Amino acid sequence: MTDFITMAHGNGGAAMQQLIRDYFVEAFDNPTLAQGEDQARIPLAELIKCGEKLAFSTDSFVIDPIFFPGGNIGKLAVCGTVNDIAVGGAIPKYLSCGFILEEGLPLSELKEIIRAMAETCRRAGVQIVTGDTKVVQKGAVDKVFINSSGIGVIPAEIDWGAHQIEAGDKIIVSGTIGDHGATILNLRENLGIKTDLHSDCAVLSPLIDLLRPIQGVKAIRDATRGGVNAVLHEYAQTQNLGMQVHEEDLPMRNEVRGICELLGLEPLNFANEGKLLIITKAEKTQEILTALHSHELGKNAAIIGEVTDDKKVRVVGIFGQTRLLDLPANEPLPRIC
Amino acid sequence: MQFVDEFRDPKLAKHLVERLTKLMKNLPQFSAKNPLYLMEVCGGHTHSIFKFGLDRLLPESIEFIHGPGCPVCVLPMGRIDLCIEIAQNPNVIFCTFGDAMRVKGRKGSLLEAKAQGCDVRIVYSPLDALNIALSNPDKKVVFFSLGFETTMPAAAVTLQQAKRRNIANFWIVSQNITIIPTLRSLLSQDQIKIDGFIAPGHVSMVIGYAPYRELCKKFRKPFVIAGFEPLDILQSIVMLVEQFADGRCEVENQYKRIVHEQGNMLAQKAMAEVFQLKARSEWRGLGEIEESGVELTVDYRRFDAEIYFNSKAQQVADDPNSRCGDVLTGKCKPADCPLFGSDCNPDNAYGALMVSSEGACAAYYQYRRE
Repeated sequence: MTDFITMAHGNGGAAMQQLIRDYFVEAFDNPTLAQGEDQARIPLAELIKCGEKLAFSTDSFVIDPIFFPGGNIGKLAVCGTVNDIAVGGAIPKYLSCGFILEEGLPLSELKEIIRAMAETCRRAGVQIVTGDTKVVQKGAVDKVFINSSGIGVIPAEIDWGAHQIEAGDKIIVSGTIGDHGATILNLRENLGIKTDLHSDCAVLSPLIDLLRPIQGVKAIRDATRGGVNAVLHEYAQTQNLGMQVHEEDLPMRNEVRGICELLGLEPLNFANEGKLLIITKAEKTQEILTALHSHELGKNAAIIGEVTDDKKVRVVGIFGQTRLLDLPANEPLPRIC
Repeated sequence: MQFVDEFRDPKLAKHLVERLTKLMKNLPQFSAKNPLYLMEVCGGHTHSIFKFGLDRLLPESIEFIHGPGCPVCVLPMGRIDLCIEIAQNPNVIFCTFGDAMRVKGRKGSLLEAKAQGCDVRIVYSPLDALNIALSNPDKKVVFFSLGFETTMPAAAVTLQQAKRRNIANFWIVSQNITIIPTLRSLLSQDQIKIDGFIAPGHVSMVIGYAPYRELCKKFRKPFVIAGFEPLDILQSIVMLVEQFADGRCEVENQYKRIVHEQGNMLAQKAMAEVFQLKARSEWRGLGEIEESGVELTVDYRRFDAEIYFNSKAQQVADDPNSRCGDVLTGKCKPADCPLFGSDCNPDNAYGALMVSSEGACAAYYQYRRE
């Protein structure tokens, strides 16, 4: 076998069989995948024991660069899908993964990506039970794209979602915002800013496990693409309510703040890959915050604002005045001066 | 954070606002109906004013006029068409700063040209573009050199390097402009509503005090060179108002930690070697202004992309309904323009000041639209 991906790895022949066997099946290592069928066969009884609703989610990962401080595209694919399931209150169980590989991708890089996926799955308590591999000619994709779908089970007593949100509820963020977005921007744009900044890419189900027993959690989302701002707007629009956040309460690393100041970008728009935005009943806010603070992933959690009834998304600035927080119309671009 | 939080202290801001309120009470000629009009020349100041809500902290007897000091806002549409025409040439890598990417010409924006297959790249410095030229010797690399004296020295130094190293595959489209002739042109207009200027900190770092002194003397308008943090701007307004209270009219410098009287002599020398004043330049929203733009000197003309690609000057008229010029001269507020927020918005900017995030209309749209 060559040490990089060739078209033969996607043609259904011997090279492809060997790639699947030696790379994917070996790393993901579970009996369901090892059966080698066209579908994963999952006993329903096992799922029914966990709850009564199935949570099902899918996401595609096309990040550039594929390796970054704090993770790689494989870790991101597992974390992203596991988190999308878990924020609905579900216990994540099984994932699928579809790979689109660019001809010429070094096999060592693919191996590193798969290894990160397998490790992240073990930590999250989920299994990759079915998958797909396609190879396209050089230039048709950028190195590797991954689609991952997942299922989980929502316990009977949990009903989290935007429909629960009311004016007066509090808004909590589970940690520092913008770490992932700033890390990727620094790398992708070759800004050359030397920092210890790394992506916050993480499986959030251990943090969510702490919140399930607390009455008063109303809705949770992971603030990924579009950042905290996008989630605030989604909630406001769904419930026809307003959201108000306080600038001085936003937990943020100095490095992220510095990059935003330098380029004129808004940290609330930066992507996060390991942060929850939680809407809670006002009287349960402290209990939820205490639970979050007890876990490494939630140690910087903070109350950042409240739900209002004026249908606008606003930021209260450091001098006490408010300003509207618009969703960016386009991809944010850096300023020159 | 060092050098940020110190200039955003709410207590100090409150103290400055109280000082201003007291000072304005002693200046009864200014009122809510007949305010003191202060022009912040630079788009960076406009952005800070709105981001931190400074306009809402001030007494009603002070009003901001948002000036023309944003190179993206005043970029004529025809120049973007010319850039796209050059970017469409085979083997061209067209480099530009991020904020020029979205400005629309008649044929769309550079961002759209990129989506349609042109090799358009965002760079953070002209030197990045020169490095792209060095690592792609089989390509023609063009840098869209945009900006006031803030970005002009870096463009000049880049061209000095390109000349010294005899780089044959690098050119620039010069859209560099100078602020002083524009201010002179504004001040020469009839019924101008500007009482004083918050002068641009970054430009002043390069050009120093002297150019403002000439304007200050001729037009009897005070200038205070200001930094970009909220306390910088508030303190500058206090300094301006104190001049009115004392009956003075001077050029003062609030931004002493960055700006020195002579400016940056090395930068001035580099600019003088590479660039020379052009007879006339077109400004979006303001029309043509004499000696407000620059072109390459004879020694550097071989780097002129317009000559190399034989590009013809293009003129595209602004929408006749837009009131960009009136907003720039304080004759109206963004919301008074019939296009504001409807036909003209950040997603589809018709007017100059909606084009850049630093423009007055974009700032009103983002922060003041209720």
